[in-house]
Amino acid sequence: MKREKLLRSFAFGFVGALSFLIMSFSSVVAKEKVTIAYIGSLTGGTSHIGLGGRNSVDLAIRLRNADPKTKYEYQVVSIDDECKPNIGVQAVTKAGSDHSIVAAVAHYCSAVAMATVGVFHKFGLPMVTFTAIAPEITDAHKYKEIHRIIGSAIGQNEIGPAFMRKLGYKTWAVIHDTTAFGTSNDKYFTANLEKEGGKILAKFGVPPDQQDFTAILTKIKELNPQVVYMESLAPLGIRVRLQMNKLGVDSQFDSNSGVLSEDFTKNLGPIAEGSLSRRIGKPLDELPEGKLFLQKYAEQKYDQPADVWGHYAYAEANLLMDVIEKVGPNRAKIAEALGQIKDHPTVIGRVTFNDHGQNINDTSDVMVVQDGHWIVWDRSEYASGKRKLKRLPN
Amino acid sequence: MSSDILVQYLVSGLMLAMIYALVAVGFTLFFGVLDIIHFAHGDVFMVGAFVALASFLSLSAAGVSVPVVQLLLMTVASIAALALLGILTARYLVLPMKGAPALNVLLMTMMLGTILRESVRLFYPEGANPKAFPSLLPTNSIEIGEISLRVDNIIMLGFGAATIICVSLLINRTRLGLAIRAVAQDEETAKTMGINYTLVVMLTFAVGSGLAAIAGLISGLYYNEINFSMGLLLGVIGFSAAITGGLGNIYGAILGGILFAGLQTIGAVALPFGSAYKDVFAFAVVIIIMTWRPTGLISTLSSERV
Repeated sequence: MKREKLLRSFAFGFVGALSFLIMSFSSVVAKEKVTIAYIGSLTGGTSHIGLGGRNSVDLAIRLRNADPKTKYEYQVVSIDDECKPNIGVQAVTKAGSDHSIVAAVAHYCSAVAMATVGVFHKFGLPMVTFTAIAPEITDAHKYKEIHRIIGSAIGQNEIGPAFMRKLGYKTWAVIHDTTAFGTSNDKYFTANLEKEGGKILAKFGVPPDQQDFTAILTKIKELNPQVVYMESLAPLGIRVRLQMNKLGVDSQFDSNSGVLSEDFTKNLGPIAEGSLSRRIGKPLDELPEGKLFLQKYAEQKYDQPADVWGHYAYAEANLLMDVIEKVGPNRAKIAEALGQIKDHPTVIGRVTFNDHGQNINDTSDVMVVQDGHWIVWDRSEYASGKRKLKRLPN
Repeated sequence: MSSDILVQYLVSGLMLAMIYALVAVGFTLFFGVLDIIHFAHGDVFMVGAFVALASFLSLSAAGVSVPVVQLLLMTVASIAALALLGILTARYLVLPMKGAPALNVLLMTMMLGTILRESVRLFYPEGANPKAFPSLLPTNSIEIGEISLRVDNIIMLGFGAATIICVSLLINRTRLGLAIRAVAQDEETAKTMGINYTLVVMLTFAVGSGLAAIAGLISGLYYNEINFSMGLLLGVIGFSAAITGGLGNIYGAILGGILFAGLQTIGAVALPFGSAYKDVFAFAVVIIIMTWRPTGLISTLSSERV
């Protein structure tokens, strides 16, 4: 009996020691999982951009996990903010209270980002905003958690008025949505246009879900401005351009970067021809890693295209993972390290944050729809004079 | 202001007024017959637009490409689907709650609206995104002197007006209309006289919902875009129009629709900074009218309802 007991104890001891060894070994082999949140508009009128951003974050994580040199295994949790501030606050609260999430790429819509910066700060959750460009998102505070690699609305609202005035346009009618995004853009656009000597004949603030623009556009037709400038997102931009066409408003359509999307050209078809907008950052094909991003994105066969802003989400996810590799998956350390970022290489170019978390390397371009696609103005037939914009002064 | 611009304002206002009036008449019919506020009616309008779009896509897939045929079949499909939805709503949701406090029915219809809205958002392919609605009417214009009128607007206005006239004739000149008016005036007496009360209520819901289908179709053709939340504000506006005109009176509903559209147009273009507050302005005026004429602009005696 004693011998049997001894043998049993030995067997238990052996199995226990073996289990311990296996567990220790596997912990060395398996990498620690690190979760990044993607919070964006996955449903609603701007979801084509939000889904492109989500896929681009997913692509960055897949490529990073395939690299054997990484210390961690990364994963993404996607949360829908519906481009609505109240839903955005709920989404960030959910991400902030989940301690497995160490950082976030968040928000296409500025109105949402402006509502959530305080929530990110409260939870100490570092974020790099996807493409929310209202200057106040970074400039109105010094929260160390908040960062932005895309240029703010200030840059595009400087080059836009100057460009249009150079072409000879003199009179404008402005339609802006009454969200924080629309009003913030309008503030900078109006100031710069007045500085450039342009004249705003009328300005119309509209709710972000307005369907009917016929009364406003009839008023604009009566005022007969050379340019109708739209400061909102693609859904409203599409409605205004469509209803301009129906009412015979022949002013040149111009817009801020919120309207720039493939949905605009897809929904409007030939009506979109000659429409103007702004793009922040350099064209992908001018960026060293731009073509590689497009090629890798295509290889994954996502259901949705990356759209015009997907490479920003890709750059932001990579930036976060670079920082995590350096300081570990700790919210406070990540936020601190992000603040120290200087001349960091990304797919969109070098990133250096100022003391508000805003990337100081910021460029903007004028874009024009030519044959159903947004292209940079300088490369278009409009720039070469082969095609003409509407109401272009001689 | 040139006469062309003035006519443009008028046509835009009339298009809005017609859509509001079609929805408001539905509210008035439901209230007239059953004394209920059918708060899902705005979302029923949205479902009508989506059924029309789905029909168009199915017809295109089946190779039917003649716009007149497409439009005709879209209209029939949309009216039929929503009439059925109206009948089912009346039979299985509204009638069983007859006798329950009015607040319960109000809540139930609000919840039905949420279900309809969320169902389209979740189950229609990419239902959360705005959908391009086909342009199936002629887009050329007729020039009369300085005035330019789009043919599609004339067709839509004519179709909407004809629909409202047909409903008026249905209510005032047919046996069904007589039964609806009888039920609206005195349910018990109508039953005693042999009117099938349940059938009349179901048919009233079918007519009201069918009108919402036509409004949804016209809205899609006018704006060339529909989305799952388009009925939310329209439901409130349609209800306000019905109340302002005089709930229970179809002419009141039409008047309310015209008034509301006019107020929105004036708010958007004539007031300083008005475009952002056009709805605030229109609803504020409605509140004033309701205070001045609590029973609506066209007062209705209970014996004259519908």
